Amino acid sequence: MAQHLFLPLIVPLFSAGVATLISRRRVWVRVIAVAATLFNLGYGVWLLVTVAAMGRQVAQAGGWTAPFGITLLADGLSAIMLLLTALLTLVTIMFSLVTLDPRQERFYYYPLLLLLLFGCSGAFLTGDLFNLYVWFEILLVTSFGLITLGGSRAQLEGGLKYVVLNLFASLCFLVGAGLVYGVAGTLNMAHLAERLNAIQEPTLVTAVAGFFLIAFGSKAALAPLFFWLPTSYHTPSIAVTALFGGLLSKVGVYALYRVFGTVFQSELGRLAPLILAVAGVTMVVGVIGAMAQVNVRRILAFHIVSQVGYMAMGLGLASVAGLAAGILFMVHNIVVKTALFLIGGAAEHLTGTGELKQMGGMARREPFLAALWLLASFALVGVPPLSGFFGKLGLIQAGVTQEQWLIVGVAAGVSLFTLFSMLKIWNEVFWKKAYGDLNHLPRAGAGLLAPAVILVAVSIALGLGAAPALDYSVLAAEQALDSAGLARDVCGANGCEAVELAVAR
Amino acid sequence: MNLILSMVVGTLFAGGIYLVLRRSVVKLILGLVLLSHGAHLLIFLMGDGLVKARAPFVRAETGVAPADSADPLIQALILTAIVISLGLLTFVMALAYRADQAVGSDDLNDMTSTDQL
Repeated sequence: MAQHLFLPLIVPLFSAGVATLISRRRVWVRVIAVAATLFNLGYGVWLLVTVAAMGRQVAQAGGWTAPFGITLLADGLSAIMLLLTALLTLVTIMFSLVTLDPRQERFYYYPLLLLLLFGCSGAFLTGDLFNLYVWFEILLVTSFGLITLGGSRAQLEGGLKYVVLNLFASLCFLVGAGLVYGVAGTLNMAHLAERLNAIQEPTLVTAVAGFFLIAFGSKAALAPLFFWLPTSYHTPSIAVTALFGGLLSKVGVYALYRVFGTVFQSELGRLAPLILAVAGVTMVVGVIGAMAQVNVRRILAFHIVSQVGYMAMGLGLASVAGLAAGILFMVHNIVVKTALFLIGGAAEHLTGTGELKQMGGMARREPFLAALWLLASFALVGVPPLSGFFGKLGLIQAGVTQEQWLIVGVAAGVSLFTLFSMLKIWNEVFWKKAYGDLNHLPRAGAGLLAPAVILVAVSIALGLGAAPALDYSVLAAEQALDSAGLARDVCGANGCEAVELAVAR
Repeated sequence: MNLILSMVVGTLFAGGIYLVLRRSVVKLILGLVLLSHGAHLLIFLMGDGLVKARAPFVRAETGVAPADSADPLIQALILTAIVISLGLLTFVMALAYRADQAVGSDDLNDMTSTDQL
């Protein structure tokens, strides 16, 4: 039993409650938010090391025996995601301290961020399918609050679409969870994997798996269910855009990895061609959509869609190598995407607009910001030795080994178009001459640059330390695909079915 | 009874999807309401289907519920799902009201300012 798994949930929840109560003391609210996030960050690092040394960590809520109660479960994938959630929340808070409109801060901005941290951490730690639905709703409802905080017309329009399409996806998830309970009679992921792998009606299971593919696919913004993302992600404050762009769509990808890696493992082989096709279309559509855009944050929002395609490719290859490369790519992308949003956002914050036409001259005025942009955008494109190279290399290697030539070609080609978009922003924002006089604009202070510096440093470290990062991704992928080992860790040596039979007798 | 409820679920889904595809935001929300009711009833039919008048009480002497009693878990699931839908749909209604005030129309075709270049 590892009861410490409750800590990264209790601390943000409790802090959010306290921060709400004392919301008028702004300094204290900020202190609480930073402290709670730092705690989760430290815990995430510790969990990463613990999982690597001792394997999966399992805790049973309320002390119920395994397949009957709600299981909390941390394997390599959960630990990585938990750590990244805390890191991203921390840099978002740092960026908000400098850029946020005080009126938004008064409307419970920091408590909402803490609740989002709570919801995401819960989603990454749960080992129960229905519980995952509840965590999704918790993080969704806080994201609804954050995306409409400010109440401008664009936010309300974009927010309405975001809310409605995510609610529809949640309903698909709920229906899927209900049907899977009807088919297998359990909701514990370890137990489900045991039963679904043994079930004799594969068509029924495939139909149920389809519901989950639609639900998580639309939360992850896979084609053709991505339209809510580019229409809403550029509307809230820059810090919120960065957090959502880096983290929220990857919660959907995590759920795809978790549910199709473990629960519907028997279906993964059957659905793999479909997932690969969807992945390829997503990559291409996202990158083409970005080419038409003329606003920094909108270009980056379309690139989120494109890169989710790579992560889906990792799943669609349906092998340890593919999934490991997908995980490595996801880690890199979460860090670098947020860095790009924060750097582009810093330029937007300084100039007061995100429209490419009205920007320019930032390379001369803020050379350090420009250098950060170059590093982060080359990392996104996948130039060695930066972090993006190794994720893409792994995906392409796995694709070549499995002779999936088409998706390999698409993945390589899309990288070139990504480079095009990044150079477009570079030219327009940083390189070209400014139209007006830039001298009256504020300079970028250390507070504005520090969050991006941290993330770019993490990205460089991931590139230079690619070997240990890849080792850890392989461990995470092996654990995610090992449903027999999962049942042993969750329910004991004989698996979950044996526990249930013993109780029934 | 299982058959009748299944047909009700189907009708709720059909009506919900029809309304969700309309342009009016109010009809869209009503569609979401119908869809969520459909999903709740669908969960109700899962497990061993509908079991009438056999409460899942544990017998004191054996410590086990009778094999043919109703499944208590699906009722817990529905209760959770109903509470979540209630909260989320209330939020959507408030959001739609504010969007209607900001845009001056409840037609989704008028809400395209974030899609245009």
